Amino acid sequence: MNGLSMIAAMLPDGTVDPANDPGLSDGDLLAVHGKMTLLRALDEKGIALQRSGRIGFYVPSTGQEACAVGAGFRLREGDWLFPSYRDHGLALTRGYPLSTLVAQLFGNRSDATRGRQMPNHWCDRNIHLVSVSSPVATQLPHAVGTAYASKLRGEPVAAITTFGDGGTSTGDFHAAMNFAGVFRTPTVFLCENNQYAISVHVTRQTASKSLAVKAQAYGIPGIRVDGNDVLAVCKVVGDALALARSGGGPTLIEAVTYRMGPHSTSDDPTVYRSEEEVEQWRKGDPIRRYAAFLKKRGLLDDEAEDTAQAEAKEAVRQAVSDAEISPPVPVESLFEDVYEEMPRHLAEQRDGLLSGKG
Amino acid sequence: MPLITYRDAIRDALREEMIRDDRVLILGEEVGVWGGTYAVTRNLHEEFGGKRVIDTPIAEAAIIGAAIGAAMGGLRPVAELMTINFSLEAMDQIVNNAAKIHYMFGGQIKVPLVIRTPAGWGQLGATHSQSFEAWFAHLPGLIVAMPGTPRDAKGLLKTAIRSENPVMFIEHARLYGLKGEVPEGEYTLPLGVSDIKRGGRDVTIVTYSRMLHVALGAAEELAKEGIECEVVDLRTLRPLDMGPAYESVKKTHRALVVEEDWTTCGMGAEIAARIGRDRFDHLDAPVERLGQVEVPVPYAKNLEALMFPDERMVADRVRKMLS
Ligand SMILES: Cc1ncc(C[n+]2csc(CCOP(=O)(O)OP(=O)(O)O)c2C)c(N)n1
Repeated sequence: MNGLSMIAAMLPDGTVDPANDPGLSDGDLLAVHGKMTLLRALDEKGIALQRSGRIGFYVPSTGQEACAVGAGFRLREGDWLFPSYRDHGLALTRGYPLSTLVAQLFGNRSDATRGRQMPNHWCDRNIHLVSVSSPVATQLPHAVGTAYASKLRGEPVAAITTFGDGGTSTGDFHAAMNFAGVFRTPTVFLCENNQYAISVHVTRQTASKSLAVKAQAYGIPGIRVDGNDVLAVCKVVGDALALARSGGGPTLIEAVTYRMGPHSTSDDPTVYRSEEEVEQWRKGDPIRRYAAFLKKRGLLDDEAEDTAQAEAKEAVRQAVSDAEISPPVPVESLFEDVYEEMPRHLAEQRDGLLSGKG
Repeated sequence: MPLITYRDAIRDALREEMIRDDRVLILGEEVGVWGGTYAVTRNLHEEFGGKRVIDTPIAEAAIIGAAIGAAMGGLRPVAELMTINFSLEAMDQIVNNAAKIHYMFGGQIKVPLVIRTPAGWGQLGATHSQSFEAWFAHLPGLIVAMPGTPRDAKGLLKTAIRSENPVMFIEHARLYGLKGEVPEGEYTLPLGVSDIKRGGRDVTIVTYSRMLHVALGAAEELAKEGIECEVVDLRTLRPLDMGPAYESVKKTHRALVVEEDWTTCGMGAEIAARIGRDRFDHLDAPVERLGQVEVPVPYAKNLEALMFPDERMVADRVRKMLS
């Protein structure tokens, strides 16, 4: 817990380090693989949809699937989610339907958030998924406040918030950690250190030896975990959530991983990093590593892996074709939800616009 | 005169000022190796090195705060905020520090700082499509420039960098690719001076930034019907130079303000109030305003398209004012 040594679970011989074993059943071990595979397929499709002009923007999580899925597998009903734009895996694992998630990308009538936000900004009250925040790390204080509310009501639930290495440079990161420490809120801060904030390397964000050590300054535990080891992530996030739910206060977890793809569809990573570097990390691809582990365990073979990939692609294809045929959001919805009830000035603007007077 | 883009004109101004004065430096997110989110600072890191073109951690308050400190310490920083939306993170530094330090310290300390940042939109959703110029124009102590053409952008930015005052220099993401004539060689333009971009006798359109081009497009259309609009480009929003608009209204007797921001408490409100008070006797009709629909900007293309004034809306409003 010194925030420097790295926790791992999957050992090269196919066994799990007993100290860091999340204790998943065989069925869950396979389900984890299924979700990671689905996430990869979704990201491939998301980028393709943007490239072909069918959606405006996309943020892939390729290379970071172990973080979101590992963490998502330990969430319980009632827990709150405050993810970054790169963490659709968290929502997907938690039970956010793929079809609803894909529909948001199109911002049309099938989008539950009514075309208001960019792709990758999901929100679903039913699963306590609060709208993804675009301004970096502004969701962190929310995760403290909501956790405080749960604590006050005596509910055994936790709030988890996820963010990148760049997010740790913001004032909100420090203030949120400090609040969480002072008020001992049931908040889990999961930092996915994917090495880059757009083009800027993590060494430009901090002079600390790790990101997890920053927890020390706020009097809370800081844990560093191999973010490409899905079982290790599952274990440490599970423990931190359990600690939080039982009144033990907040934890900062730094999951060390790598963004294998671009920051977003607006990015070209070849400008700021070498192919050799990417190749090096690709060897530690979290899905490949996990599949190899499952195969050694006798839970997966090549054929089942191919089937999982084909099923994931098909599920995504189906979700896309369902969402895409939906009509545009209705014009009058532009004026709704600004306030709980529409004030007169907006009703007048709406009527003016609809009658073509502008 | 060579035709160059708004983006290149701004880069040329930065480059020329960095060569002229080694106290000038650039700091911000992604401004160095990557060359800026909108490629404005491209190649400057290679040319001037990492000590003068600084990639910072993600912390807008610290970018502006450190830039204020550097300015007080004798440098001439040009801080880039990736988009104007992120100025919200730096508001105390801008409002309570950059704008007021000179005043609060009895004129002893100067803050020769430029904050460059683009407004704009384009399916970026509710938090990333904002304008906010009226907020900054509200502040005593700050100069606010919002140029609409490559020529103005270059000349005003050079003056801003040489100014002893803090300047909020608001660019527009949808103008970066726009080409325009820019004089060869050294020139500067004064801050706080409006400019007539098209002459006309029937209606005065007061505008700035991207809406300048919407207004000019509408004026072109209307000219085919024999309606001649005079288009006044404010260029600087604080201090506000009403001279050309006042002169124009004497002849047209009608004024329309076109802005991209929300109209409530916006630039149009200020301009309408001034024209209404100072040119009351010349007006044949109330001053009209056109701006953004008063809701957050949605992502959905069909809705976003309804958000901002376009040429048709401006032309319709002018026709209505004359009917
Ligand atoms: C307050 C704020 N400043 C700047 C940005 C622009 N921006 C969007 S993503 C990003 C990089 C974030 O990097 P990191 O936190 O490491 O997360 P990652 O994208 O790598 O997952 C930046 C600077 C923003 N969205 N919000």
